[in-house]
Amino acid sequence: MSHITIDGQVVPFEEGQTIIEAATAAGVYIPHLCHNPEYAPHGSCKLCTVNVNGRNATACTFPAVEGQTVCNNTEELNFDRKRLTQMLFVEGNHFCPSCEKSGNCELQAVGYHLNMLDNHYPHFFALRDLDSSHPDLLLDRNRCIFCNLCVRASHADGKDVFAIAGRGINKHLIVNSASGNLGDSDINVDDRAAHICPTGAILVKGTAFKVPIGQRRYDHHDICDMSAGEQHGE
Amino acid sequence: MANKVRIATTSLAGCFGCHMSFLDLDERLVPLAELVEFNRSPITDIKHCAPCDIGLIEGGVCNAENVHVLREFRQNCKILVAVGACAINGGLPAMRNSVPLEECLREAYLDGIGVENPMIPNDPELPLLLNQVHPIHEVVKIDYSLPGCPPSADVFWKFLTDLLEGREPGLDYDLVHYD
Repeated sequence: MSHITIDGQVVPFEEGQTIIEAATAAGVYIPHLCHNPEYAPHGSCKLCTVNVNGRNATACTFPAVEGQTVCNNTEELNFDRKRLTQMLFVEGNHFCPSCEKSGNCELQAVGYHLNMLDNHYPHFFALRDLDSSHPDLLLDRNRCIFCNLCVRASHADGKDVFAIAGRGINKHLIVNSASGNLGDSDINVDDRAAHICPTGAILVKGTAFKVPIGQRRYDHHDICDMSAGEQHGE
Repeated sequence: MANKVRIATTSLAGCFGCHMSFLDLDERLVPLAELVEFNRSPITDIKHCAPCDIGLIEGGVCNAENVHVLREFRQNCKILVAVGACAINGGLPAMRNSVPLEECLREAYLDGIGVENPMIPNDPELPLLLNQVHPIHEVVKIDYSLPGCPPSADVFWKFLTDLLEGREPGLDYDLVHYD
């Protein structure tokens, strides 16, 4: 079997695997938000940036190749990841104390993992719409980080309910229905797309605050110590 | 004791919840009081900041007075600390940022359900509201941040004992939460 090294650890890989797939199989955590092993890579959040033979690359898109030397858990890369996470926080409107996803949110979990204590940058306070038209689901665009996971999951569901439109501060999640409202789309509460959001942008109604503070997924457990399934909320 | 570390605290656009959490230090306040003294603070009712070692700021800035107080703290405190979600990102008060200020005032004082004698308050002593609520690092330089809504008493204790004992302050995983 072929091998790469990640932070000096020998990691085997199979032909066609990306660096993050090889790392996950070997139990090595590389921070990420837009990556989910179920779907094709998107490479947009950049949190999984690692150093491959002296150059930075996203581990979710970069193929593992025999003999690669990968640096992952370094002070320099983690500092870059903290800055990227801070950018995600200031770009949207992430008010954790009022968010139903708090404690179970992957964006928050990555912030905790990176010991992010402030947001560093000035806030955009972007104007984003909230869509509560669906009987079972809430779409709060304030919390969307454009990871594209709902787009990919809905495509796999065979429905293509979501897409991302616009650029820069006007970038936003759009819904495939005549009115543009989630309630008029084909999405169903049982769809994978309804449960894939790493933040609180797409939530199932009637499930909020069921788990007490202190017992939520990331309250006391660093996401880096979890299995791949647990990291993504399973 | 002449060489006590001097601390000032204030709540800007906050709910005093962070101050209440600070008081949750409970019996640890006794040994802390051996080492520190409080200057301007709701605890002392001193109205203006003297030169201090540490300034703890709760809340973001939502009005002109908040900006003046924050600048007074920055001028007088060697170490200025953003305490809690509102100081760090504007917090729940900043959720009004998506609504124009005039609409906010209209809803609260003119058109809201149950409003009697509708009138937007205009006493000259009332500080003018800013169009948006801002985190404090957008106004002055901040040296440290203590996240949480509120940060727990353990967070205050860890941070202050680190500083008092000459260590670089740091928060372990269990002490970091954004809610």
